[in-house]
Amino acid sequence: MSDARPDPFRTRWLPRRVALLALVVAWMALLLFVPLGSLGVGVWTFGPLAVLDQIGEAGGWPALGRTVVVAIVSVVLNGVVGVAGAITLVRHRFWGRRLLDMLVDLPLAVSPVMTGLAFLLVFGRGGLAEPLLSALGWKITFAFPSLVLATVFVTLPFVLREVSHVLVELGTDEEAAAATLGASSRQTFWRITLPNIRHGLTYGSTLTLARALGEFGAVLVVGGAIEGRTDTATTFIFTAVDERHEPAAYGMALILAALSMAFLVVLERLKRRQARET
Amino acid sequence: MAALMGTVRPSPGGASPAVLKPGAAGIAGRGLFASWLSLLVALPLAVLAWHGLEGGPSGVLAALELPYAWEALQLTLWTSAVTAILNAVMGTATAWVLVRYRFWGRSLLSMLVDLPLAIPTLVAGLMIVNLFGPQTPLGAWCKGLGFPVAFAVPGIVLALLFINLPFVVRSVEPVLMDLDPAEEEAAVILGARTWTTLRRVLLPPLAPAIAGGTLQGFARALAEFGSIVVVSGNIPGRTLTSPVFIFGEVEAGRTEAAAAVSVVLLAIAIGLQPAVRWLNRLAGARHV
Amino acid sequence: MGIRVEHITKRFGSFVAVQDVSLQIRPGELSALLGPSGGGKSTILRIISGLETADEGRVVIDGQSVDHLHARARNIGFVFQHYALFRHMTVAQNIGFGLEVRKAPKESRRRRVADLIDLLGLQGLEDRLPSQLSGGQRQRVAVARALAPEPKVLLLDEPFSAVDAQVREELRRWLRRLHDDLHVTSIFVTHDQSEAFSVADRVFIINEGRLEQSGTPLEVLDDPATEFVARFLGEVNVYDGRVHEGFLRVGPIEVAARDVADGTPMRMILRAYDLKLWREEPGVGVVRRVLLLGDRVKVEAVLDGAGPLFAQFPRRSSLLKGIEPGCRIAVEVSTARLYPLPADPPGP
Repeated sequence: MSDARPDPFRTRWLPRRVALLALVVAWMALLLFVPLGSLGVGVWTFGPLAVLDQIGEAGGWPALGRTVVVAIVSVVLNGVVGVAGAITLVRHRFWGRRLLDMLVDLPLAVSPVMTGLAFLLVFGRGGLAEPLLSALGWKITFAFPSLVLATVFVTLPFVLREVSHVLVELGTDEEAAAATLGASSRQTFWRITLPNIRHGLTYGSTLTLARALGEFGAVLVVGGAIEGRTDTATTFIFTAVDERHEPAAYGMALILAALSMAFLVVLERLKRRQARET
Repeated sequence: MAALMGTVRPSPGGASPAVLKPGAAGIAGRGLFASWLSLLVALPLAVLAWHGLEGGPSGVLAALELPYAWEALQLTLWTSAVTAILNAVMGTATAWVLVRYRFWGRSLLSMLVDLPLAIPTLVAGLMIVNLFGPQTPLGAWCKGLGFPVAFAVPGIVLALLFINLPFVVRSVEPVLMDLDPAEEEAAVILGARTWTTLRRVLLPPLAPAIAGGTLQGFARALAEFGSIVVVSGNIPGRTLTSPVFIFGEVEAGRTEAAAAVSVVLLAIAIGLQPAVRWLNRLAGARHV
Repeated sequence: MGIRVEHITKRFGSFVAVQDVSLQIRPGELSALLGPSGGGKSTILRIISGLETADEGRVVIDGQSVDHLHARARNIGFVFQHYALFRHMTVAQNIGFGLEVRKAPKESRRRRVADLIDLLGLQGLEDRLPSQLSGGQRQRVAVARALAPEPKVLLLDEPFSAVDAQVREELRRWLRRLHDDLHVTSIFVTHDQSEAFSVADRVFIINEGRLEQSGTPLEVLDDPATEFVARFLGEVNVYDGRVHEGFLRVGPIEVAARDVADGTPMRMILRAYDLKLWREEPGVGVVRRVLLLGDRVKVEAVLDGAGPLFAQFPRRSSLLKGIEPGCRIAVEVSTARLYPLPADPPGP
């Protein structure tokens, strides 16, 4: 043990350090603060109440509601699949595991426009699944199910990867201990594994939620942004800009921006809690 | 659109010794999971690739000869590269400031680094238009200088810089935290100047993390759609990027061309994945 | 090349890390800064090296003030607590770094590195990375790297703390031999008294930023200047009392306190191994427990009218004959020290 200095990171503010800090802050200001602030100022000059009215007039609230429903469905689906998938990929060894592992990352590498196109080619008119769908009488593309499908695809990796990392760090000691004490594998999961991965699960779910609310390219292509049927918060903004309903577009944009800030705060808290507990 | 793309940490890869012998439920779950991934991810992308490659490699080339397709790809590649490199420099500086300095507002700054990952990129694009649009004072001033931002290439660059911002910061930060400041002190005591210390002692261990973050940012920029579509003005041959080009072709019902160009982007994106994984592993392995 | 540290003080915010410390280190000596963790030892070392600047006081190396010199210009070798080897450089590149940045010619650089590798027994490891070395090997590479530019002074910050006990013993002997060969003026920081006493020519005991005592290991051991030093150097018994007619009496123990006014409160410190005790009726105390500590035995007893007493003996000592819990004992004190009692006594 050496002498513990009171704060090893105490910064001595040499001129070059001040300059570097100023440069970084200026960079972040140019890219983040100023644009974000100007959005707020923009909405303020339109008048907040007028903006809310305009959003309503242009049919923004149902679109936002639809987005929220899609996001919640994605969180639930990807939560279940993510936990099961993480356990499978981390705890099991089997032929084809590496391939599945690569597949999980693919949604991140693909442009959402291409995601939309891929789903059109499978489920759309003249697509691979058309005979099956028409026999069942289902309609997926340009309808609500396509929004869910595209969003679930795009948000697939978040819970899975976060939970995977927690599982790798945890190891199997506690699970093995539970087994020696006579716990069944179901009891072990609910009483040991799930409580241990809960922070990873929450973190991944928050990422999923944020990403699902902001999804645009894929739902635009696959859903077609049909007013009152497949328009979402983001495609609403897109259409509103196109139709020169600026107040409605900026208002909805500010709502989404505020939501993302809230998610950031949640994520930051989760990170701190995790840092405290490990 | 692709708001949170890439916030996911790299796959843990081979580093997991704790393996279970699965029971019947485990094996059933494995099968379900594999089918889910195959149906949701592998099948659509395979169909997309199949559709794009129907005409063979010459079909892809033919698609690139469509009006403005090649220009769009070039524009996408160079703006992505330039912004990724710029953010490699600024991201490393940001990570350094966040890890090594203690100042008021540090945790706020650190939190906001993730903003581009949390905010819908369509909204990010809208913010830039709102600030630099031709009808705003700032936008008019820039345009007067002969340097229009919105509906021009600088707008694309600005949007991509925004999108790219977190990647290098987040990949360099943990490696930097692990780096013992005593290594720099050792170099100084041995007689090294600041620049030598930076070049010989600091940068080599950070290099894989910087490169990995830069490549991730580059891949992310290639795919960007939401912010570009509102910022760039989508002028064919001048400010039209490949994802927006694909969107236009889909809207016009020309899915073959859209799929063919998609194949090119898909190939680049998938081709970058192993490099990113390798660099991440290298960066991780370096901070033992 | 001696080192003189004159009245240095260093504050971190409101915390005073070093308070008016002066040290005199003779040329060619191997000195130890000894004291509990957090006492300011490493800060003193960092001030000498130039990594930290003192708020007050000055540092003189080889007769010249170095306060105006940057750390890189002081020509000092520094071995860091966790070695701080450059992780991406091989052993040879690490050792050669100091010569390289000083632009030493390639050929002389190569020779110097080869010499050091021989001197420190690192043959065959030239092309390894630090992560491929054992703790002891890393330690030696760190020393070789610090020695390569032929520094005037070698400073080592807790050089043995990061290796396990067995290797540590070996490294101590090795450092002492190396120093005997090279005679570079060296200072090392440690919180382990046996390390300081077995390796150093001279020991400086530092506590809470102050110098408590300096001297050869024997001087310090035989004559602890302050209560802190006495307590720090091993297990002690502490009794408080008031002087009466030139003696401090605590139960059956009586120690001369010459030239001290009657009624003055004093503290008596008896080292656990400065005592003799044997079985005797009626005696002055009773044994409670006998503990085996490897090659030594610790006897816990209660003295009539004084309280608990701890004594240590070699395991085969004849004094231990018949000593068992519950037996009565006589006690003889060979050396005891009296220190003035602080106004409000410090905790144990």
